[in-house]
Amino acid sequence: MTVIKSNKSTDLFLDHVVSHTDFSALRAKGLEFLKEKGLPALKEEEYKFTAISKKLEQSISRFSTAENIPLTQEQIKPHIFEGFNGDLVVFNNGVFDPSVSSVSKKGYTFETLSENQPELLGKIAKTEKDPFVALNNVFFEDGIYIKVGKNQKIEQPILFLYFNQANKGEVITPRLLIEIEDGAEVKFLENTISLDEESYFSNPVTEIKVGQNAHVHYCRFQNENRKSISVNNFEVDIHKDATFTSVVISMAGDLVRNNLSLNLLDTGCEGNMYGLYLLNGKTHVDNHTNVDHTKPHCQSNELYKGVLADSSRGIFNGKIFVRQDAQKTNAFQQNNNILLSEDAIVNTKPQLEIWADDVKCSHGCTTGQLDEEALFYLQARGIGKENAKGLLLFAFAGEVLEYIAVDSFKDYCLHLVQERLGSNF
Amino acid sequence: MLSIKNLHASIEGTPILRGINLEVKPGEVHAIMGPNGSGKSTLASVLAGREEYEVTEGEVIFMGKNLLELSPEDRAREGVFLAFQYPVEIPGVSSTNFLRTAVNQVREYRGLEALDAVKFLSIMKEKMKLVEIDQKLLSRSLNEGFSGGEKKRNEIFQMAMLEPSLSILDETDSGLDIDALRIVSNGVNQLRSPEKATIVVTHYQRLLDYIVPDFVHVLYNGRIVKSGTKELAMELEEKGYDWIKEEADSTAV
Repeated sequence: MTVIKSNKSTDLFLDHVVSHTDFSALRAKGLEFLKEKGLPALKEEEYKFTAISKKLEQSISRFSTAENIPLTQEQIKPHIFEGFNGDLVVFNNGVFDPSVSSVSKKGYTFETLSENQPELLGKIAKTEKDPFVALNNVFFEDGIYIKVGKNQKIEQPILFLYFNQANKGEVITPRLLIEIEDGAEVKFLENTISLDEESYFSNPVTEIKVGQNAHVHYCRFQNENRKSISVNNFEVDIHKDATFTSVVISMAGDLVRNNLSLNLLDTGCEGNMYGLYLLNGKTHVDNHTNVDHTKPHCQSNELYKGVLADSSRGIFNGKIFVRQDAQKTNAFQQNNNILLSEDAIVNTKPQLEIWADDVKCSHGCTTGQLDEEALFYLQARGIGKENAKGLLLFAFAGEVLEYIAVDSFKDYCLHLVQERLGSNF
Repeated sequence: MLSIKNLHASIEGTPILRGINLEVKPGEVHAIMGPNGSGKSTLASVLAGREEYEVTEGEVIFMGKNLLELSPEDRAREGVFLAFQYPVEIPGVSSTNFLRTAVNQVREYRGLEALDAVKFLSIMKEKMKLVEIDQKLLSRSLNEGFSGGEKKRNEIFQMAMLEPSLSILDETDSGLDIDALRIVSNGVNQLRSPEKATIVVTHYQRLLDYIVPDFVHVLYNGRIVKSGTKELAMELEEKGYDWIKEEADSTAV
């Protein structure tokens, strides 16, 4: 992509580059990209509705990398949801913290990137794809590399907990590389916890390779503090007959940008993207999704739903790319929004580019208010107005939550969503 | 029980009701008939508290309370029930959860204890028989994918669950075949009692063969232009509404 450079924010980062000895080629590439093209300016099409550079300039005061904070088991415990008994991977200001993690490595290998130096790093989420991938290349300190073995079925979910605190330095740069070998099955869950109410910028990059006939579920819950800024780059290569399902629930933050890309690289694969954004205050959430159908007989399903109150803003941009080779593609996309206030804004844009001629593609988007007729119906049965609103909104939002494959985590999310719909709206 | 005096209502500035007077006593069944556009459904909606309608004049007293001052939910809690002409489909809201929430909020308002799940289910089972409604329907989302007849039966089932003092059936018969009509009417008749009153809004006399009214009122141009007994309904069935229109138009001016 060509990026219209925003000099100021780019320079603020470049002033804080620390030299690393590992991954020198990847880091050099990132640096080169940043120097040449920089972070996106206002006119940049891909960031049209999300003035990320300006936001960073205004909100972040220390562009140095956030240091480790002391984390105790007691601090972590309340954030582990009820019913969880899988492996726990804790990130401490973006870096893996073994002292509070519990990794059994049953059925998979677990190393830091510096230990393993995997060749694959940077091959799935390519530097030139997004300026924030380039930025991550330059700034990540160490990341993790998980490899799930062939035909391994990991029964319990693996939970990533990110603890963020703008202590010294406000830039947090996690990096994950996950390789799922052929025939394996695994579920990942992710939650980010802000330990204070200060501004910080987190810029994670997650790369996943899903091997032949492997099945992967990945659910992210985004509920950071009201001043946090995050740009999440998440890219998945899906190989023959494999399935990957992403669920992203966004509830809070100052600005959240999610770049999600699924590459369907061979026949018979399936990529699913589900999202829910429940926004209030001034929260701004931008979901940019991209599914690339490259081969025949693949399927993609996408459903994103938003409920927006106050002066929050939601952006949905869904790209579906069907290449000439990808005959018999089935691709579905849907984005529905409910606006609860005059000041809330939604920008929704389906972007379909279809080069094959024998495909089934559909897309649709709706943005409206709460159904007044349904509201009256419930009231006419004696249900109070606020309760009735909550019931209707929960019914609307619940459809997305149903896709969370881990029941205990679904309950955790359900509870928080219900609480939000019952109180703040 | 219900006293409507000189009720005027309009929607977006257009007057629909132009001075309705009606007295309903406990135990009575009143049928409101009239040609399309005469204001029948508007009257039902205004009584239930639909916000689009603006009451410009008149008053409605229900069991000693000024009904027009109450929110739709409080009217329901006081004992007014509107069976919708077009029941709303609400995907994602389970019929059972919805009903339990409704029943318990109504009970709370009336100072009664909330029903626990077991008690609720047993009452539900009992009331289900009244309208011959299938358990399967109630395990689905509210009215979602229900046939016309199933939706109307579900309305009467909700009525049975909420035990209102005044039930207003808004064209509950339209779109029903004879079998469905019989089932729905049976349900309504079994719920009749000396303490309860019913207003049946209908376009067709057919329903009144099953739910026999004590009084029949003909609504035309937003006013009740003729009242009588069930014989009036028969006459309307035979002669249509034209003679009423002519009569009303000539006396109006």
